[in-house]
Amino acid sequence: MTAKNNDRNISELRLYVHYVSLHLRSVMQYKASFWMTVVGQFLVTFNMFLGVYFLFDRFGSVEGFTYQEVLLCFSLMLTEYSLGECIARGFDSFDSMVRQGEFDRVLTRPRSDILQVLGSKIELTRVGRLLQAGVMFVYGVTRSGVTWNAWRVITVLLMLLGGTALFCGIFLLFASICFYTLEGLEFMNILTDGAREYGKYPVSIYGRRMMQFCTFVIPYALVQYYPLLVLLGRTDRNWYGLLPLGGLLFLLPCGALWKLGVRHYQSAGS
Amino acid sequence: MIVMRNICKTYKVARRNAGLAEAARSFFRREYDTVTALDHVNFTIHDGETVGYIGPNGAGKSTTIKILSGILTPDSGECLVDGRTPWKNRIDHVAQIGVVFGQRSQLWWDVPVADSFELLRDIYSIPPALYKANLDELTELLSLGELLRTPARQLSLGQRMRCELAASLLHSPRILFLDEPTIGLDAVSKIAVREFIVKLNQTHGTTVILTTHDMQDIEAITKRIILIGKGRILLDGGLDDIRRGGEDIDRTVAALYRSYEI
Repeated sequence: MTAKNNDRNISELRLYVHYVSLHLRSVMQYKASFWMTVVGQFLVTFNMFLGVYFLFDRFGSVEGFTYQEVLLCFSLMLTEYSLGECIARGFDSFDSMVRQGEFDRVLTRPRSDILQVLGSKIELTRVGRLLQAGVMFVYGVTRSGVTWNAWRVITVLLMLLGGTALFCGIFLLFASICFYTLEGLEFMNILTDGAREYGKYPVSIYGRRMMQFCTFVIPYALVQYYPLLVLLGRTDRNWYGLLPLGGLLFLLPCGALWKLGVRHYQSAGS
Repeated sequence: MIVMRNICKTYKVARRNAGLAEAARSFFRREYDTVTALDHVNFTIHDGETVGYIGPNGAGKSTTIKILSGILTPDSGECLVDGRTPWKNRIDHVAQIGVVFGQRSQLWWDVPVADSFELLRDIYSIPPALYKANLDELTELLSLGELLRTPARQLSLGQRMRCELAASLLHSPRILFLDEPTIGLDAVSKIAVREFIVKLNQTHGTTVILTTHDMQDIEAITKRIILIGKGRILLDGGLDDIRRGGEDIDRTVAALYRSYEI
């Protein structure tokens, strides 16, 4: 049984790699456009950093967090978001897949629907943003002044894992809603782009209500605020470092909603 | 064998009058109409049959195809395709069928057709020997040759449709669903597509279910027709049964549509 499951997982992974390779072959048809978009993504993301920089240049600290501390928080979030976007981009544009009837085709193929949707759109130009995130991450970690120990390193890795899963989950949530309505999906951007924008700063600065929302509804604080306290040595509760795993758990309800949505699917037009 | 028993399917359609005020109103309270797409549909199709599924626009043709190919779940009724219920055993089911949507492409736009085919090989986990044999056969029968090395965006519609057909048959499906496969094609391409489908049915015994508005397709390919209108099966029989002495097929079908007021 496990051997069979293993075989299937390997085959799914191979198929995903095949999708990546096809996307690579596709973008190579338009070399100039590819590189310009990569550079564009890099610069746009750099802009976000400048926003943080100039704010602190003027105010010094926000709600007791110093520039270095916020920089660490920002760089972690950016890396998580970029990874999530690279992986789950197909969900982000899922509404157009439904509109154009592309999802019909997905359902006529003997493979996992999630895998096929993921493979349908892999934005390789996001490499620009990922690269920028990598630079920020190195800069953020080196400037943070954190005294590193084994537990804190593990915490950072869990944050990256949980955060990436959380963003993938939000994209999946967005896609699941497309099964019920194709109108007014813009509000979902509050969760995706909004999380990216507001996630630059530790969630606590937005007040108690926001903190509750980000702990219990969309568990953003679990991958960001609480483990950050561990890294910065602001809490004795080292187990906060395990909270990012909540990001992985978040995938479960999102996946269930997706499954429900597929059953509810009404294909478009003729 | 395909068995459809008492299949019903309804859609909810949001309706509102034109205008901004109406749009704003429907934002808060939306009115839905229920539209019946299929109303107790029954039929049986045996292995190796060629069936033309005809009816006016909006009669329920595509809905039937989508239920049979595991895309839609009906509201009620029973459907068995070679013993499988399409929407319950989706993955097992779709491995055995091929679907061609005339209006939509399954080829990757920016890469040579051969690249799309190789992705399909991995999606269907087609064994290498079978893949090569099928590809060789399809290349010859559909004269694909150089087309395989051309990006899909640079193919003419006729060339693309030949590639679409090949793409849907690489995994040797037992049943082939064709949803308007000749739409928009020129005379030469239409004939090529028709001849290919007939040959496929003869040599491999593939069951073919075809929806089309082109009655010459029906005449060339199918031995049996099922007529659907307003979600009900109105007629199920041989082509000769409905044709009255020497009339051409378009007139026959037009007379049929009129007589059933659909």
